[in-house]
Amino acid sequence: MSEYIISLQGVTKDFETKNGLVQALKGINLDIEPGDAYGIIGLSGAGKSTLVRCINLLETPTEGKVIFDGKTLTGLKHKDLNLERRKIAMIFQQFNLLMQRDALGNVCFPLEIAGVPKDEAKKRAMELLKIVDLEDRAHSYPSQLSGGQKQRVGIARALATDPKVLLCDEATSALDPKTTRSILALLKKINRELGITLVVITHEMDVIKQVCNKVAIIESGSIVERGEVQEIFTKPKTAAARKLFFPDGEGKETALKISHTHRIRIAFKDEHTYDPVVSNMILELKAPVNILYADMDVVDGHQRGQMVICLSDDEAVAEKQKAYLRAHDVDFAEVDVEEEEEA
Amino acid sequence: METSVLVGLLWQGLLETLYMTIVSTLVAYIIGLPIGVSLIVTSPNGIKPVSWYNKSMGFVVNVIRSVPFLILMIALMPYVRKIIGTGIGTQATVAVLIVAAAPFVARLVEQSLMEVDPGVIEAAQSMGASNMTIIRKVMLLEARPSLLNGAAVATITILGYSAMAGVVGGGGLGDLAIKYGMYRYETTIMWITVIVLVVLVQILQEIGVKAAQKLDNRL
Ligand SMILES: Nc1ncnc2c1ncn2[C@@H]1O[C@H](COP(=O)(O)OP(=O)(O)OP(=O)(O)O)[C@@H](O)[C@H]1O
Ligand SMILES: [Mg+2]
Repeated sequence: MSEYIISLQGVTKDFETKNGLVQALKGINLDIEPGDAYGIIGLSGAGKSTLVRCINLLETPTEGKVIFDGKTLTGLKHKDLNLERRKIAMIFQQFNLLMQRDALGNVCFPLEIAGVPKDEAKKRAMELLKIVDLEDRAHSYPSQLSGGQKQRVGIARALATDPKVLLCDEATSALDPKTTRSILALLKKINRELGITLVVITHEMDVIKQVCNKVAIIESGSIVERGEVQEIFTKPKTAAARKLFFPDGEGKETALKISHTHRIRIAFKDEHTYDPVVSNMILELKAPVNILYADMDVVDGHQRGQMVICLSDDEAVAEKQKAYLRAHDVDFAEVDVEEEEEA
Repeated sequence: METSVLVGLLWQGLLETLYMTIVSTLVAYIIGLPIGVSLIVTSPNGIKPVSWYNKSMGFVVNVIRSVPFLILMIALMPYVRKIIGTGIGTQATVAVLIVAAAPFVARLVEQSLMEVDPGVIEAAQSMGASNMTIIRKVMLLEARPSLLNGAAVATITILGYSAMAGVVGGGGLGDLAIKYGMYRYETTIMWITVIVLVVLVQILQEIGVKAAQKLDNRL
């Protein structure tokens, strides 16, 4: 048994199109541990959907291996693959419910496929509808349900066969902000309480912040950065990550073309979020700083603040300011203006 | 002509027409439905693409469909006579109707199944459903309203074909209209058969639409 529930090894996917070959995935290596809520974020066309569809082989990788729970799925016979697929559930942006079946019938469907007797399936489906707060709508058809309710049915259906993994492809992109929050809270609960591994595809950083503990950033078919959400939020290494995490900050920085030197980004951890570190530094060193951008956020359940400031133009003072921040255990990184503007 | 004789003729014609229509529609579906399903399943975007099958079956269907019914009927007569012993009457007409209608039904079924949301099929695949399960429980069920509407269209078309078979003595109301209306100038009989045919079409259309609505849970 491997320590990973999902492992992608050198996965590539090419599509033949009229306009030539599209390399949707270019050698993806990705390991997901049991219990992870793993986010995959990227811009439209980056290859997110292709990547997640490769996990349950809705898309056959051109090259590479997909390993699920110690079993290599790539190259498996159709019949054996179908057995494994029951342990990898999926929910969709457009919900994809059977329009001719009511909520209960939809939740029963995967159980029918798995050969569970009718009565037993119905009983289990009712329990699941209770979990997603829809027991009173069991006999409503999808056309009679709201988007949020449809996704809840989708989630109940996904949980029916006790999956180990739940793949979510833009599961909240068709929903309004309030409904999105409630669905994300439900996903988080499923991850925490049922211990189901989540793979969350999204183009919205808020979704990652609310649900995920780990994240991979995908850009034109390659993963450019990955790690703990906390870590990447604090110290994004690539321009792609910074752009996704601080879309506002980046814009304002480039708009304000002042002092090209000594610009730093500070990320506060929980304990510092409430400490006036920067104020104290100004008071103590008697040298002002220029605050370009500041924001506060909750990431994966932790309070996170970030600030972009310009240190003193005086080299010596700037060094002192940096030393002060280091001494107070504040994470910061120099902002490379050239690179920012390119990105 | 005496009214009782007239009613007797019309009644027999109606029964023959209904018999030909119902039997040929049923058999055309028994043959055409699986063909329609197979065309969707094996299409390039289907759940099991099989290019050579899709292309050759599509070709056969198109060839038969592009021959006008009357010509097909005349062309098939010698073979029908050889196989079932007669080239006229309801049996012969049913045989020709089936050949003509099965490809038509196949295309109707194909069109209905094309309307099924690919996302729902994909969801079923992600659950590990076999192709057979997807065909039976997803495609055919999700397309049910459209399939029923198609069945009404097919039945009405076959009814029309069966009347055309009257030209070659195929039995039924069409035969009656031609024998009495055209050759013996009994216009009353001809107009009565026309009215009966119109009423039949209306009834079939209504049944189709009502059944499709009743069995559509999207409404
Ligand atoms: N079936 C296909 N045939 C041809 N090209 C495809 C196919 N599916 C995806 N692609 C291409 O692969 C690339 C990645 O697509 P993908 O759907 O994975 O992007 P995405 O990150 O999910 O985007 P979005 O956020 O818009 O959903 C795109 O360039 C797309 O055009
Ligand atoms: Mg996508």
